[in-house]
This record gives sequence, C-alpha cells and structure tokens, in this order.
Amino acid sequence: MKITTKEVEYVAKLARLKLTEQEKELFTQQLDSILDYMGKLSELDTEKVPPTFHVLPLKNVMREDEVKDSHLQKEMMSNAPERDDNFFSVPKIID
Amino acid sequence: MNYETVIGLEIHAQVLTISKIFCNCSTGFGAVPNSQTCPVCLGYPGVLPVLNRKVVEFAVKAALVINCRINKECRFARKNYFYPDLPKAYQISQYEAPLAEHGFIEIFTNEHEKRIGITRLHMEEDAGKLVHAEGYVSSNKSYVDFNRTGVPLIEIVSEPDLGSPQEARDYLQKLRNILQYLEVCDGNMEEGSLRCDANVSIRPAGSQNLGTKTELKNLNSFRFIQKALEYEVQRQSALIEAGGEVVQETRLWDPEQNKTVSMRSKEEAHDYRYFPDPDLVPLAIDPEWVETIRSTLPELPEAKITRFVQQYQIPRYDAEVLSVTRSLADYYEECAALFPKPKIVSNWMMGEILRELKNRNIDITECPLNPKALAGLLKMMDQGIISSKIAKCVFDEMFTTGKSAEQIVQQKGLTQISNEEELEEIIDRVLAENPVVIEEVKKGKNKALGFLVGQVMKLTSGKANPALVNKILKKKL
Amino acid sequence: MNRIKKKNFVNLFNLADLNLKELGLMEIPEKELYKLSIHQISNLLRSKEVSVVEVVRSVLDRIEEIDSLINGYITINKQKSIARAQELDHILADSSVDFKKNLSLLGIPIAIKDNICTQGMKTTCASQILSNFVSPYNATVVRKLLDQGAIIIGKTNLDEFAMGSSTETSHFGCTRNPWNVNHTPGGSSGGSTSIIAADEAVCALGSDTGGSIRQPASFCGVVGLKPTYGRVSRFGLVAFASSLDQIGPIAKDVTDCSLLMKVISGYDPCDSTSVNRPVPDYEEYLINDVKGIKIGIPQEYFEEGLDKEVEEKIRQAISLFQNLGAQIEEVSLPHTEYAIATYYILATAEASSNLARYDGVRYGFREDQFTDLIDMYEKTKQHGFGAEVKRRIMLGTYSLSSGYYDAYYLKAQKVRTLIKQDFEEAFQKFDVLLTPTAPIPAFKIGEKINDPLQMYLLDIYTLSANLAGIPALSIPCGFSHEGLPIGLQLLAGHFQEEKVLRVAYTFEQNTEYHKKLPKLP
Repeated sequence: MKITTKEVEYVAKLARLKLTEQEKELFTQQLDSILDYMGKLSELDTEKVPPTFHVLPLKNVMREDEVKDSHLQKEMMSNAPERDDNFFSVPKIID
Repeated sequence: MNYETVIGLEIHAQVLTISKIFCNCSTGFGAVPNSQTCPVCLGYPGVLPVLNRKVVEFAVKAALVINCRINKECRFARKNYFYPDLPKAYQISQYEAPLAEHGFIEIFTNEHEKRIGITRLHMEEDAGKLVHAEGYVSSNKSYVDFNRTGVPLIEIVSEPDLGSPQEARDYLQKLRNILQYLEVCDGNMEEGSLRCDANVSIRPAGSQNLGTKTELKNLNSFRFIQKALEYEVQRQSALIEAGGEVVQETRLWDPEQNKTVSMRSKEEAHDYRYFPDPDLVPLAIDPEWVETIRSTLPELPEAKITRFVQQYQIPRYDAEVLSVTRSLADYYEECAALFPKPKIVSNWMMGEILRELKNRNIDITECPLNPKALAGLLKMMDQGIISSKIAKCVFDEMFTTGKSAEQIVQQKGLTQISNEEELEEIIDRVLAENPVVIEEVKKGKNKALGFLVGQVMKLTSGKANPALVNKILKKKL
Repeated sequence: MNRIKKKNFVNLFNLADLNLKELGLMEIPEKELYKLSIHQISNLLRSKEVSVVEVVRSVLDRIEEIDSLINGYITINKQKSIARAQELDHILADSSVDFKKNLSLLGIPIAIKDNICTQGMKTTCASQILSNFVSPYNATVVRKLLDQGAIIIGKTNLDEFAMGSSTETSHFGCTRNPWNVNHTPGGSSGGSTSIIAADEAVCALGSDTGGSIRQPASFCGVVGLKPTYGRVSRFGLVAFASSLDQIGPIAKDVTDCSLLMKVISGYDPCDSTSVNRPVPDYEEYLINDVKGIKIGIPQEYFEEGLDKEVEEKIRQAISLFQNLGAQIEEVSLPHTEYAIATYYILATAEASSNLARYDGVRYGFREDQFTDLIDMYEKTKQHGFGAEVKRRIMLGTYSLSSGYYDAYYLKAQKVRTLIKQDFEEAFQKFDVLLTPTAPIPAFKIGEKINDPLQMYLLDIYTLSANLAGIPALSIPCGFSHEGLPIGLQLLAGHFQEEKVLRVAYTFEQNTEYHKKLPKLP
C-alpha cells in the first residue's frame, strides 16, 4: 500500500476537502494505484540532476513601483457571496 | 536551579513602497476598507503576480546593513494555508532560497556590546486584516479588509542569540532604528508596519541544548515585547520547577490580562507545502546591482556619531542625541554649515528645539523653524545684535509665528544698544540714583556691580550690550 | 478552403480565396458562411461581398441548429455579438483603415475556452464553483483578439478546470464528438475542437497543460497548436498547472492557426513568465516545401499501446514527407516512459495550490448551510468541485506534504530535466519531430471515466511537450475504419513554431483529410 485511508483523511483535511466515506474508500484505492505507478520514477538516479522549476532561463522580471487604481473594487465587491458595507464577511473566527 | 533564557526574534517590516509587492494597488494606510484592491491582490481566477523592483532594492539595502550575504539567486515560494485574510490560500514568500543569509548586528545592553546573529532576510507579501469589532458587527461574523493584502514585507529572523527580554528589546530597537535610517520602513508598530514574533525557551545555565520553545505572537509594542517575554520566561521556569514540561505551541500576548495565552485553535495542520512559485521567475542579484544599491546607502548612526564628534568637535553625548533620526542629524548639519559654531548649534537644538518639538508633539520635519532661520537667529546673537536672553524670546516668537529672527528683532526694536554715548547717559543716571551701591562697589563687592548692570539692563529693556555696560561702569568707578 | 461538400456550393467555395466580385460570381448564400475559414471570410469582408452581421448571424444560426446535439458551448454571446458586428461593419465601411496592419481579425467570430477570462461574460471553468462567475477583466489574449476586431461568439465547454482528456468532467455535461456523437471529443478543450469541427465558430482558443489542445484536435479532426511556454501570455487563463499551461489556437486549417498565433503571441508585462522576443510573421512560413527538412521519428512513441490503425496512418504520413523530400530518421527520447508519472505529480501539485483560492469568500459559489468557517470551506469545496478535480487536489496535496516533497515533487522536477534534455539533444539534429498525437482515436463517452489511471495514460504522447515547454501541433492525418479522425503531432524546439507550421502546411497542401466534414444534420 502506498497510501492509507488515514493518510487520505489527513490530506483531505489539509486541502479543506470534505470527503464522504465512499469517496475516502474510492480515493484511497485510486490514489494508491496512481502513486504506485508514479513510484516508477525511483528507477532513475537523479542525485546529480538539477530540478527544472522553469523551462525557460528567465530571470529578474520586475515592474516599477507605481500606483494604478484598478477601479474594479465595486464590481469585485458585488461578486462576494456575502458582504457588509465595504467588507467581505465570513463566519466568525474564534482565535 | 539557575536558568538562562534563549530568545530569537522574527521581525516583519513593511517596506516603504507606494504600490504593493505584486500589483499596482496603493499601500497607503487607513483607506476605506477594500478600496485598495484589484483582481491580482484579491486572488481572482487567472491573475499573475509581477514583482515590484523597489521591494528588492529595499530588501538588499536592509540586508547589506545587517551584514548579510546576498544570495546570487533567490526564488519565491508558495506557503499554502487557508485563512479568510489570505485570498489565494497561499502566501508568496521565500523559503529555500531567501534573498540574504548569515548576517549580524551589534547591540549594547548594560554597557556591554554583543553580536546578534541574523539567520536570514527574505521578502514576502502581507495578508489582509480581519475585523471582529463589536458594535458594527453581527456577533456571528468576521469581516475582511484586503487593503493590506500584498503589502510588501521583509522578514528578518535572528539567531537564538538573545539572552534576556532586555536584549531582545534592545535588538529590536536597534533594528528598527537602522530600518528607519535607511528609510526602508517607517517603524510604526501601532499601524503594524513593524511587527515582532518571538521564540522563547529556557535551559539550565551553561547547558548547550536548547529547551522546548514557545512562539509568542502579537507583540506590537516595545513595552509588550519586554513584558510578554518576561512573563513567558517566568512561566516556563515555574513550569519546569514544578516538574512540568514546556509544550511547543504558539502563544498570544494578552495585554489586558498581562499574560500569554495558548492559541490551540491555530495549532492543527502545520504543513505549509512550500514549493517554488511557478508564476515568478528567479531573481539573480549580480554584484553590480548590489554595488549600485550599496552606493545609495545613507550614513548609519554609528558612523555619523563618530564623524560628528570629529568634524564638529562636539561631545559624544551631543552627537548621539543629534543622530537619533536622520532628519534631526540633517537639520543639525545644515544649520552648522550656515552658522559654523557647532557647539552653539548643538546646544540650541538639544535645548530649545527638542523641547519645543516635544511640547508640541511634532517631528523635526514639521519644525516651523528651518535650519536657515535658526542659523539667522544664532548669527544675530553672535554678532551682538541681540543678547542671548533676547534671543530666547525671539526664538519662542519664531516658533509660534514662523517669522525670521531679523523680522522680529526689527519689528520689536530689540536691537542691542552698543552706542557708548547712549549707554553712558543711562549709566550716569543709574549712578546718580545709587550712591550707596557705588560705595559698596568701591569696597570690592562684585555683587554690587552686578546690581548696577541689572539696573542698566532694566532701563534698556534688556537691550544694552552687557559687555559694554561692564566696561563703561568699571571705567567710571 | 474546399471544406464544403454540399453539391450546390462546391464551386463557389473552391474559389472563396479569390476575389469573387472580380470574377463576377453569384452572391454568397449567407446561410453557409459559417463553413468558411478566417482567411476566406476576411477576403469576402474586405471585398464587401458580405457584411460582418451576415457572418455572425450565420454562425449563430449554426450554433442554434446544432449545439443542442454537440453541447460545445457553455455560454453563447448572442446579443452582444450582433451589436459588435454592426459596429464593425461601420469600421469596415471606413476606407481609411489599413486592414493589413490593424484589425487582422475584423469580423471573425471566435469561441473561447471557458477557462479564459472574458470581461462581462461568464467564465465558469465548467465548474459548479465558478458557475456564475463573471470576470471583471479580460485575459490578455482576449484583449488582443478584440483589438484586432474579432468577435467573441461564446465560451466553450471543457473538463472541469481543464482536468481531463474527454470533456466528460464538465459541470455542464459532456461535449459530443461531431464525427460520432456517442464518442468523446477528447479533452480538455473538447468544446473548442468540437465546435470547430461542427462549424459552430470560425476559430477558437484552447488551453494545453498536457495535451488539452492537441488531443481533442486530433479526436475532432481539426488543427491545434500548443505554443512554446512563454510565447503567449497566461494572464487571464485560469491556472491549472502554472508551469505547464499555455493558450493556443484551434482552427480549421494551418493558415488560420498561423493567423491566430500572430495575434495572440508576445510579451505581456502582466505575465512574468512570458518572453520578450519578437513575434514572427507566421504567415510567411506557410511554405509548401519540406525538402531538406530533417524530421525525427521518436521510436518510443511507436511502442506498445499504439493502436494499429493510428500507427498505419502515421507511417503513411511519414512516407508522404519522405516523398516530398524531407529527411526522415529515427530518434530516441529515452525518458519518455517517465513522462506520465512526472507530469501528473507536477501538474497536480501546482493545481492543488492554484485551486485552493476557491473558498467561497470573495467570489464564486458558497455553500449556504454551514456551522463555522472550516465547515463553510469544506462544504463549499465538497459541493463546488467534481470528482476528478478533488482527486487531483488530493494527489497534489499529498505530493507536496511534509515527508513526501522530495520523493514526489522534487524528484519529478529532476526527471523533468532529463525529459527536457532528451528533446534538446534531438533538436540538435532534427528540425521537427513527428509522432502520433494520441494512441487511439476518440473513445466512447463513459468508456474510461471510471478508471483515472487509464485516462491519464492516454496523454502519453502529448504531455512531454508541456514538460519541456516546446511547441507542438496536431493536424488531421486520416480516419479510422469507424470514420473517426486521427491526428499527427509535430514538435520543435523552443520558439520554433514556424518550423512546425511550415511542415504542417506542406502536409495539408498535399493531403485531403482536412477537407472531409463530419456528417451532421
């Protein structure tokens, strides 16, 4: 086994995904076979191989420090599922 | 048992750019909630970040001054976690390849100099602000303001080299002063532009192993930092003394109860899944760029104090006071250039100027007297046009009205009387009225001479040149 | 041209590239304008034989007629398209406008994959979680298209968040393949490729993260190009896997593909990963000649799993190129077998982070019954995302999580280097590489949806191009005995789109496959 139901539950929690019992079982089985397939990579010796985080050798892409108003605040506010005045609202957070 | 304290600080400083780190929204403080937002900082579908060059320049400046090694290549990484104030559900930060590492600064605590190691300095974006204020709000909701989201921060992490709450406070003070001097951060802890978290542990004195640490958050003033650290050290040693164990956790300083409290709710799932942000390309800071930035570094307090002592021949104490902020030091130098008697300038600044600024609770940059005006006043005094006593009155008037010394002296007819004939006439009058005192003077009583001078000053409303009055009196007696 | 088989129009459309007015031919029947390509319509518009409104109405009528069968569109932009067509007709009447330089797509109805942001029009990503989302801004490519006078006729269906190879995971139902409506169109840009095959738009944009333009293009018998990573701005493309995603054209022929490439390519200050490098005039490379061009045939792409019929058609294509004077030689890309594992680790890791933002706080769907904040997050995601998206978020979260990063994510980034190096070596010797686009023709709807790994394995020939960041194009090269299209893939080195377009153009000029049309009502 590459992955257990318990790990599936942990990962789901990290990703804030609520899974049904059925989904947990199905995902455990599916992820297990996918991860098993991915284990293929361990055949390769990559100790001296650098990772390719970017396929092109781009560096130092920057912009100037300038303020530009988006003028989209109202429109974006109207996209909010819940809002009060100028605020986005969420269920109360207990610290 | 004897314990020693081990403290490391993580400082977040907002750098003084006008726009956010990855978008063009304003960083201004105190705007209407959510008015400084755009699709990028609100994490809209499809948007991409573009790095603000100025943030890098500020970060490099700070890194140079705290003696860090600038990495040849650094990267941004995503720190993944869920919170309503974090629109993308990840914070763009730096992880494996930070901008700079391996620095230090020197602090002075109880007359001792100590070197505090700096682990790393990296750039990142700030999160938004959650508002739970009562009154406005219905009791079952929290409110989010994203104006602060994407404001640029530098995080400076110290080594666990701080041995007491006092050292921690001194370190923070020193760092803040440096950042303010660089004009990289305004250092305002109330507005959150400088924030501090601390890692605290204790261990038996002399031990090499680190004890279990707790992380303290919400230390947003110098007073809180010291109190919270003192409390936490106390709490940990009491716990160990009682046979207990310190639990590794995050604790929050509660200024109302004067204690630290555990934040268990945030403890779960500390798995940030950092990985390099594919939307941002690496940053290669070549030596030329570093040198260009280095050339823009201002003189720092230490260097300035030494120079002031040498160049202006003023006491070290004066130099320290005048170097507290860059603008105060600049004011001093400008004034001393116009009126080249540096000790007099220093006296006036440390006395009158600082006193008045304090009374009015304003900064040197808001001082109604510019350096030229102050120099003008001091010149008049130096040339004997006005006495030092008059000068102080003129100063007060300058401060309230903003008029120049020349204007005030002329308007009020405060010019010193240095005409011998005019003075002789007045002195003769005083002598005629005080035959007894004359006798006293002749007996050698200096106090009596002072009385006569005082009478002359009184009759001239303080405008008589005191040196000349003395000379004439002595001649006549 | 020559796509029309209906007897009464065949002569007419053979000549559509020519100036019909000069030739004194009869009027164009407005009803059939939708069948034409960009260059054909442009010629008719500029010679004032048809109006933009006529073109747009023709396409809208076609959509009305056929899309209930195909389900290629999520949103049809009917009213605004007609209004814009009227405006464009006014511009067209202005003789001072130089249409060669500006407005190269004037009056061309284009469909946009629904994961590319369009201001004032829904952008759903075929997901419940964005089912009512209206973007406040245009993607850079959309802005460029509009600047050139194109008309956004609608938004096309896709696998939810572009995660899939069949367009079956869409919240809005699967799209059907015009060649056989019981088959999938491939995916994830199956909406865009289907509607082009069914003549429901003149051209379209798709996005390609592991083959999502090319595989459905091959299943639907149209031309699709995934450009070099960084050639086209990603700003406004809803991210699936940021280091692999690229927007590209889907078209009826290679010429249209090059016309679209010219418009959408180029540096964008809003995309730090786009490249500041001049955009060639791709049309200049539409040369019917491959003499001396070196074409490599990667042997690993012809091993087990390749359908016999597909192999046969690809071999025929290779022979054709040989006859046309190209130099053909076998080449090895030894790390090909690791591409799928590498790809699915990296793509899902990035996706797990990219999709975390859909939390019901600022926009999009929010579950309305919940007990607290975490419950709101969890239920919003539970009901907002479909099974495949959840599966990939789980996989990606796992491979980035503490203790697994090195073994999965970092390892995959290293193997990616090896895969990229394979291509770099190959392109030292060859101008282009030629492979099948997909191992099989379009499969039946429902056939593979319950076996995710089997579905992933179908991407074997396409996803290496994304891992290496190189351009790759799919062009029709034949049909299966069931009458389903087969596609051939051409790959080149970074920023060598011209080579791919030239070889594809030559193939098109010397074959008839692209002229065949699906039998639709």
